[in-house]
Amino acid sequence: MVEVVVFAIAALVVLGGAAGVILQRNPVHAALSLVATLFGIAVLFVAQEANFLAAVQVIVYAGAIVVLFLFVIMLLGVDQADDLDAEPLVGQRPVAIALGVLIGAGMVLVVATSTVTGVPAASERWVRNGEDVAQIGRLLFTDHLFAFEITSLLLVIAVVGAVLLARTRPGPQVDAEEDVPVLPGEVVYEEEE
Amino acid sequence: MLAAVSSGWYLSLGAVLFAMGAAGLMVRRNPLVMFMCIELMLNAVNLTFVTFARRLDDVGGQVVVFFVLVVAAAEVVVGLGIIVSILRRSPAATADDASYLRG
Repeated sequence: MVEVVVFAIAALVVLGGAAGVILQRNPVHAALSLVATLFGIAVLFVAQEANFLAAVQVIVYAGAIVVLFLFVIMLLGVDQADDLDAEPLVGQRPVAIALGVLIGAGMVLVVATSTVTGVPAASERWVRNGEDVAQIGRLLFTDHLFAFEITSLLLVIAVVGAVLLARTRPGPQVDAEEDVPVLPGEVVYEEEE
Repeated sequence: MLAAVSSGWYLSLGAVLFAMGAAGLMVRRNPLVMFMCIELMLNAVNLTFVTFARRLDDVGGQVVVFFVLVVAAAEVVVGLGIIVSILRRSPAATADDASYLRG
């Protein structure tokens, strides 16, 4: 009974937040709706006994990624409302909504009509005694060690890429009116309007 | 042990969330909001992984969620870097204005 109530409330928060991300005109409001969705997902993780992942979800997603989004929105000053009515590509919106409904309905149908098969690997058996951190860590540093090391490489590449992308040219400070180069050694092309 | 809600409900919620993210990605034109829709889709997948981890008694599903989180963080860093450089150039840019993949 408890889980039914928790699931219902969390599902409402998740879907409401997702609807907010899609429908809010202001990117700041969309980011805050995203926080609601991420929190709901974290609650659903707890409901499924994935406590460590719920904590990581809140810290990494709500704490880091959304803050990064908000920083970008605020620093660039792009927090004015979008014009949701403009539709440059004729028929894009109805087709997109139809495709979305089709994807959702199709996947729900698959879930509703199929049975889950498969046997868990013996080494990855989940022993539910509350020590999910120890179990995830053990698996991470044995079976998935190579992927874990590749992950560190990925993070280094991401940091280097971000620094390279955010770098401005040495020389006089650019002002707001001046065109800022996008990449070092960039190709300048005429804006066609 | 909490087992009142069957995993089908969680999987359906994940499916609906994924579809909403996909529809939002196709509908919205602000690159930042499109990025948030990608995060919605990633979260739907994470929810599905955790549900299958519980259903099949397999911690491997949770480990995969861990990797998805790391990849999402790296993706956000690089993607936001690209979006910053696009929007610095023209603050009202939409995804259509960035279709040339060059500066």
